[in-house]
Amino acid sequence: MQYADNIDYPPLLTRPAVFLPGLAVLFVLLYLWHVGATAIGGGILEVLGLAGTGQADLVVAAVITAVAALNLMVVLRLELRWQVWVVWAELAALILLFFYSFDLSFDFIRRKLPFLITQGLLTTIYISAISIAIASVLAMIGAVAKLSSNGIAIGIANFYTSLFRGLPLLMQIYLIYLGLPQLGYVVDAVPAGIAALSLCYGAYMTEIFRAGIESIPKGQWEASRALGLKPQSTMGRIILPQAMRIIIPPTGNQFIAMLKDSSLVSVVGVWELMYLARTQGQTEFRHVEMMITASMIYWILSIVLELVQARIERHYNRASTR
Amino acid sequence: MTMPKPDPSAPAIQIRGLGKWFGAFKVLDGIDLTVERGEKLVICGPSGSGKSTLIRTVNGLESIQEGEIRVDGIRLTRQPETVEAIRRRVGMVFQQFNLFPHLTVLENCALALRLVQGMAPKEAEERSMHYLRKVHIPDQARKYAAQLSGGQQQRVAIARALAMQPDIMLFDEPTSSLDPEMVKEVLDTMVELAGEGMTMAVVTHEMGFARQVADRVIFMDHGKIVEEASPETFFSAPRAERARAFLQQILH
Repeated sequence: MQYADNIDYPPLLTRPAVFLPGLAVLFVLLYLWHVGATAIGGGILEVLGLAGTGQADLVVAAVITAVAALNLMVVLRLELRWQVWVVWAELAALILLFFYSFDLSFDFIRRKLPFLITQGLLTTIYISAISIAIASVLAMIGAVAKLSSNGIAIGIANFYTSLFRGLPLLMQIYLIYLGLPQLGYVVDAVPAGIAALSLCYGAYMTEIFRAGIESIPKGQWEASRALGLKPQSTMGRIILPQAMRIIIPPTGNQFIAMLKDSSLVSVVGVWELMYLARTQGQTEFRHVEMMITASMIYWILSIVLELVQARIERHYNRASTR
Repeated sequence: MTMPKPDPSAPAIQIRGLGKWFGAFKVLDGIDLTVERGEKLVICGPSGSGKSTLIRTVNGLESIQEGEIRVDGIRLTRQPETVEAIRRRVGMVFQQFNLFPHLTVLENCALALRLVQGMAPKEAEERSMHYLRKVHIPDQARKYAAQLSGGQQQRVAIARALAMQPDIMLFDEPTSSLDPEMVKEVLDTMVELAGEGMTMAVVTHEMGFARQVADRVIFMDHGKIVEEASPETFFSAPRAERARAFLQQILH
């Protein structure tokens, strides 16, 4: 915590006035929602050897409440770093348990996974990586244009961000894939998808880059000018490296969003992850398996991007930490 | 257009009939000022009198609407060539230091040498180290600006400007944002520099520095130069009423 005060306020959950009523509310809600009749409830009763009891709701609600109370008491005693990890792992386990309750055919997933990865995942990564690179270049050009004193450049950049932030991404994909052939240019599905993603995200990122550049104090420009640096050197060596600290976090967001929006390219028949997830499941009516598998793959990819973002942030923060 | 040629017989800075507006407000009004080579000029005056704006016009950080400015005989226009030629001859030190926070002290000094003068990295580093030794902080060369005290940061800013080997140094309130105990180390550096014959135009309220170093003091008010005198005359017998009042305020 960067801005933690030096007062030890009692953690919210250790206060009896919060802890006990909280557990009571949890218990009542579980009971009212007939938790004993759910798959999880059934599982718990079976483990306890109480299957078929008349008080299923009561027993399951009590068990879950007791586990939650015990868990909280243990977690509250851990160091902050461990608390974060344990809570993260527990929530992840709950999500996986939720998926597990769908009674999935893991055999089917195992059979289809290699194809999902070699064809779908690779296409998704390929499309996203190229789009991210092009979008970054477009954003840089757009931001510099918007901050320039060239009316034509500002006009083009303003129109660009307005249009590509204003139209739904799906429309942009259709316009490029189906519209450009009207002008005599037939575009393949993959290049069309890459173009649409790059243009759309380049428009969003233009605004991020512009805000980042504008956040650098005027004195940095003046010092560079007084030293005789040319505008390009000032931007490239002084302003942008500092603006990166502000640009990176929202840009990381954009990359993660783009990774998942690359699934929209499936509408023009690109065999990326989402397209395969939909079509592979159809043959054996195993839609849910494929959707969940694809979701997990997207999630893992996002986590990788988050880690990359954290590394880059550390790099650009090095001068401000002692 | 080729690089404008300096005139070796011209004064360091020559300003004639300079006028500048911020909107409807006239910040500089009919300024005539000549700074000879090797001269140390101190500019003082109340806040808002236009003294900072005046020295910022010399290297083109502020635009002007009237009059003309010549540096080493080169007339300042809006042409890139003349502005570049003048900025090569003029070093500047700011009130807020304006060090580049993402670069080390050494990189702060070496960057412009490499990008503007096209110097090889090793040579640029050696030159930077030379000037860091001159301002007595060679041991901080590998640190970032945020790790230095205000006084040290300002001395790095001076070294950074000196490394470009300018003919003229402009100082815009160089000690105004420093803690009192750090003012001296910066002023000492400036006194040393003055002793080496550098042409200096210094906006400051440090009257001790003015007495010790200045060849001439000018006092500005409402965008005009109201008094221009040797330090002895200025401090003992200021003619302008406004200058007397100002001196009473800051010397007691």
